[in-house]
Amino acid sequence: MIMTMTDDQIIEKVNIFLAEEFEINQSLISPSASLKDTLDLDSLDYVDLVVIIESNFGFKVKGEDFVGIKTFQDFYNYVIAKLNAN
Amino acid sequence: MQRVVITGVGIYSCLGKNLDEVKDALFQGKSGVILSSERKAFGYRSGLTGWVDEPDLKDELTRRQRMSMSEQSKYAYVATKEAFQNAKMDQDYIDSHEVGILYGNDSSALAVVEAIDVIREKKDTTLVGSGSIFQSMNCTVTMNLSTIFRLKGVNFTISAACASGSHSIGMAYFLIQQGWQDAVLCGGAQEINLVSFGNFDGLGAFSIREDEPTKASRPFDKSRDGLIPSGGAASLILESYESAVKRGAPILAEVVGYGFSSNGEHISNPNKDGQIRSLNMALKQADIQAKKIDYINAHATSTLVGDAFEAQALGEVFAGLNTPISSTKSMTGHECWMAGASEVIYSLLMMQNDFIAPNINFENPDEASEKLNIIAKTKEQKIDHFLSNSFGFGGTNSTLIVKRV
Repeated sequence: MIMTMTDDQIIEKVNIFLAEEFEINQSLISPSASLKDTLDLDSLDYVDLVVIIESNFGFKVKGEDFVGIKTFQDFYNYVIAKLNAN
Repeated sequence: MQRVVITGVGIYSCLGKNLDEVKDALFQGKSGVILSSERKAFGYRSGLTGWVDEPDLKDELTRRQRMSMSEQSKYAYVATKEAFQNAKMDQDYIDSHEVGILYGNDSSALAVVEAIDVIREKKDTTLVGSGSIFQSMNCTVTMNLSTIFRLKGVNFTISAACASGSHSIGMAYFLIQQGWQDAVLCGGAQEINLVSFGNFDGLGAFSIREDEPTKASRPFDKSRDGLIPSGGAASLILESYESAVKRGAPILAEVVGYGFSSNGEHISNPNKDGQIRSLNMALKQADIQAKKIDYINAHATSTLVGDAFEAQALGEVFAGLNTPISSTKSMTGHECWMAGASEVIYSLLMMQNDFIAPNINFENPDEASEKLNIIAKTKEQKIDHFLSNSFGFGGTNSTLIVKRV
């Protein structure tokens, strides 16, 4: 099912699970916003980010992959690229 | 040497979710024991357990705080909040003073089992998530409470089997008495989830009187057939008398004696001499004679051997005194790591309200308990001194004496 999702559908799904996991209002999420600041992520939260990506999209993220991800758009791009590669 | 007083207590147990509910249940002789069909289906020999609901803390703690909390840490949080409130110790005070924490806990099974299940299935430790390690360690309660309440004094966990909660009070008492700390949060917490006590049940130590759950825990009764596991959390604020007076804090009672010993023998069998040494040490430290004790909250868990040994030990130390005795485990079941702390709170509630809570289900004595004054029905009585016993696997014994102020 994931393979047939459009980019918009993937972004919507990402926004839903991020808002739910990190208990923020979805309206705070925008493509240019900082992922770390908006979700109030500390070092431990990145571990949970790995867990929810795996449970929602079925692929595993390495900690170092997060280095280049600053904004939500970076995150969407990363997830979309991973899904397309699979 | 500092005098050590209790300025706040809080409780979350199968008898109630706060002090008022628990006081009423104690007075009424209400049991908190149920039969769990889930335990039977899981493979437990006995499906009996004390029952507490897991509190929903979403509205008062952040996600980050909750992620690290084991089941028993949540119970301990609720009990501690109540204890700080009635000690009139607010966050401003805690932030500007070195308040410590010494809390009893001796397992955290569920988080360990869940983590290993994930690792076995996914072959990737990262997928366990960030909270698991903080839920899994024995010090899960002290880790969580010390960060939530921003405690800056002493900080460690006491793991001493079913005497953990009692020793935590004893250790806090020593630190305050010697002047190392002015105030310490102490207590005990116990998980009750499905995987917490399968191995204990496997020893055949639990009652199988499943047709009468509320009658199954019957300490000192001739027809007792085992203990009933139970859980929750109990918190106490111990403080130097000087600090309590300076703060204008309510002084609920004074801890005047702590005795301890190790049997140095069998890993699970009790030992009368070890218990007597603990009792005598507590009396010696309190500098009072046994006749001054108005009420004894016995450790008695409703096992055949354990209760008999305690009855003999109490029979010797309190010979000829007819001291009133009850085991509140007849109502709560055995709250294990929590019991030594909760039973001090139960006894304190009796002291504050001039009654002795009953040893329910005590119908017929055995050879050892017939020599004791077991209180089977609620009795009105003024209590100036009470004594609380806690004994645990590995032969660890603890006795506390608390005095009315």
